[in-house]
Amino acid sequence: MKSISLLAPGHRGCAGCCDAMAAKFTLMGAGEDCIVVSPTGCLEVMTTPYPETSWDIPWIHSLFENASAVASGIEAGLKALGKQGTKVIAMGGDGATMDIGLQALSGAFERGHNITYVCIDNEAYMNTGVQRSAATPYGASTTTSPAGKVSFGNPRPKKNMPAIILAHGSPYVATTSLAYPKDMIAKVKKATEIEGPTYIHCHAPCTTGWGFDTSKTVEVARMAVQTGLWPLFEVEDGKMTKVRKIGNNKKPVEEYLKMQRRFKHLFTMEGGAEEIAKIQALADKNIEEFGL
Amino acid sequence: MTHEMKTDKKNMVVVEGSYAVAHAVKTCRPNVISAYPITPQTHIVEDLSKFMADGEIPNCEYINVESEFSALSALVGSSAVGARSYSATTSQGLELMHEVLFNVAGMRLPIIMTVANRAVSAPINIWNDHQDSISQRDTGWIQLYAENIQEISDMTAQAFKISEDRDIMMPSMTCMDGFILSHVYEPLVLLEQDITDEFLPPFRPERILDPKNPMTFGAFADPHFYTEFRYQQERAMQNSLKKIEDVANEFYDMYGRYFGGLIDEYQTEDADIIIMAMGSIIGTIKDVIDRLREKNVKIGLLKVRAFRPFPAQDIMNVIKDAKVVVVLDKNISLGMNAGALFIETKSVLYNTDIDVPVIGYMIGQGGRDIPMSTIEKIVSDAEEVMRSGIKIESQFTDLKEELI
Amino acid sequence: MKIVPGAVCEAGTSRVNKTGGWRTFKPVYDYDKCIKCKLCELLCPDSSVKPREDGYFEFDYDYCKGCGICANECPKSAITMVLEEK
Repeated sequence: MKSISLLAPGHRGCAGCCDAMAAKFTLMGAGEDCIVVSPTGCLEVMTTPYPETSWDIPWIHSLFENASAVASGIEAGLKALGKQGTKVIAMGGDGATMDIGLQALSGAFERGHNITYVCIDNEAYMNTGVQRSAATPYGASTTTSPAGKVSFGNPRPKKNMPAIILAHGSPYVATTSLAYPKDMIAKVKKATEIEGPTYIHCHAPCTTGWGFDTSKTVEVARMAVQTGLWPLFEVEDGKMTKVRKIGNNKKPVEEYLKMQRRFKHLFTMEGGAEEIAKIQALADKNIEEFGL
Repeated sequence: MTHEMKTDKKNMVVVEGSYAVAHAVKTCRPNVISAYPITPQTHIVEDLSKFMADGEIPNCEYINVESEFSALSALVGSSAVGARSYSATTSQGLELMHEVLFNVAGMRLPIIMTVANRAVSAPINIWNDHQDSISQRDTGWIQLYAENIQEISDMTAQAFKISEDRDIMMPSMTCMDGFILSHVYEPLVLLEQDITDEFLPPFRPERILDPKNPMTFGAFADPHFYTEFRYQQERAMQNSLKKIEDVANEFYDMYGRYFGGLIDEYQTEDADIIIMAMGSIIGTIKDVIDRLREKNVKIGLLKVRAFRPFPAQDIMNVIKDAKVVVVLDKNISLGMNAGALFIETKSVLYNTDIDVPVIGYMIGQGGRDIPMSTIEKIVSDAEEVMRSGIKIESQFTDLKEELI
Repeated sequence: MKIVPGAVCEAGTSRVNKTGGWRTFKPVYDYDKCIKCKLCELLCPDSSVKPREDGYFEFDYDYCKGCGICANECPKSAITMVLEEK
């Protein structure tokens, strides 16, 4: 029987890899008639060591900071050649999306190319060894924002990327999570069917970088949603059309943080409780703002 | 093969160099144009934009990108789906593209880009020299330098044909001196659509991104494979040596115009002194040669049209019997106190039987005017070298000592 | 083999790389508990859960890295992780 996955096995992703799951779900939502661009990063490296590739669809990697520009060119090229219907998707990590690739992404969205961008947000530069990015959350210890005698780890909250994309007038912006694959698949499908530049931001826990057992990728992702730290929503034509309610399942952030090595210092250092309270405040703000 | 050029006066029009390039690009039927405005390239992209606005380029998309980095990156995508892809830039824009230049060449995407050569910052300077394209020497792009606006126009079609050849599949920069050629109005024959459609076949690459036959582009190569990919690129560059010549000859057969293949020569047959140079300075040098020939000075010109691939053999053939070779460079390799053409020329002579003194002049930096008197002064230096050997091997030209 | 200029690869060729050798624990089904919900197939990061004609699934041990997500997420605890015998 045919595999549901257009990402072939044999890739070099870690056991429990979030990127592999996000790529698989994205392709399940997009279908076979697509072209995918990936920037440099874990997903690229683990799937394409020459002469092998794990991609069963046409795929291209150029550089770290230009996936959105390459996608723009693919879309324009297909249009010029009269090739219709092929979905153009750029899919990369948080560093490539929110830091080094932000200019190209902004340009592509401002120009209104018919592309879908999927950000696989594992909250640090994992491919190079867990360095801080603009997506690293408050209080996380990374190799370039390590916790230490005078530091609780990363001193800044995550950059609000969906808001930045919304400011470009994108017709469809959604957040999703690996814990809700059907949600992600449906959102990718919808995004790729909507004309214009659409954006999906997927929260993707990294077993290696965050420090949790390989079996817990989905569980950690679910906990991020249930604490209110990662709200799932859809914005269509600028209007919030759907929010996933947490309801009675709401969990304290402490439960999420204690699952991960990157927050371990918050439970051992003096003053850690105050830091946890600050993170709880971020979750509470989300809960109020999005009506979770 | 001789290339007798007839002046086709009845088909000549007087246009700006940038318009001639834009018209040539249009005539080559591009599918995707992606560019970011930068002086002195702007008129090219403005003219192309006007053609687009008037619906004069069918089956083409123009992408108004947010930077030169994205300009070339977008063409990585378009070229990979099989679209004929074009850009234009200069100076800071070309420097910003540096990383993408290597990427395009390594992925074997035959993108064509006009470079309206300009000096690089700092200090910022918008006038002409060749530092921008010369600094991209090792990126794997074919580099052709034009002497006048007819040549840059014709070179555009030649470049597509050279780059898109399946034995080559390497990108090309067609270089024209900023302002001196980009903004000059001269009579020329605009690239002819009917002949070009015959000369330049549609772009049909062997492998493209296509859902019907999915492939992966841009895989990473570990030490087991990387060397061989680099070797293949170098081999393609070597293949392009002959292709550049063949295409120039084919162009001559079909259009009747010829400005050289890898190189061109002027009055070199019996020359004791041979001047080597690239770009619009060629015209000035020819005027100086005409004047000096009247005074029986045995002087000739070796115009270098292709800087990459470097036409070592052709250069050696021309200069082997000269008594002195003078190389003019509109660029400097800082720390070497020499220009690139000079350095390359000396390097190809080593390990050969050719024993000719070579002297170099760094000239025209940041748009400094190059009057005939400057060239004449250099020629008298060369005559001195013939008499008593090299005193200064490489030097700045027209340096204002009082400012230092 | 001959390399392809530009490092172009044919689709899906990583299947030659059998990652099953990475495994320490291997997942094993208890089909009596399985309700064919397909969650294991959906979640597997290594596309190593293969559907059978009868609607149940089996693991592709050629590729399964033993991450244990399937066992962790199975709503009926129908999958157990067993130490790999080498």
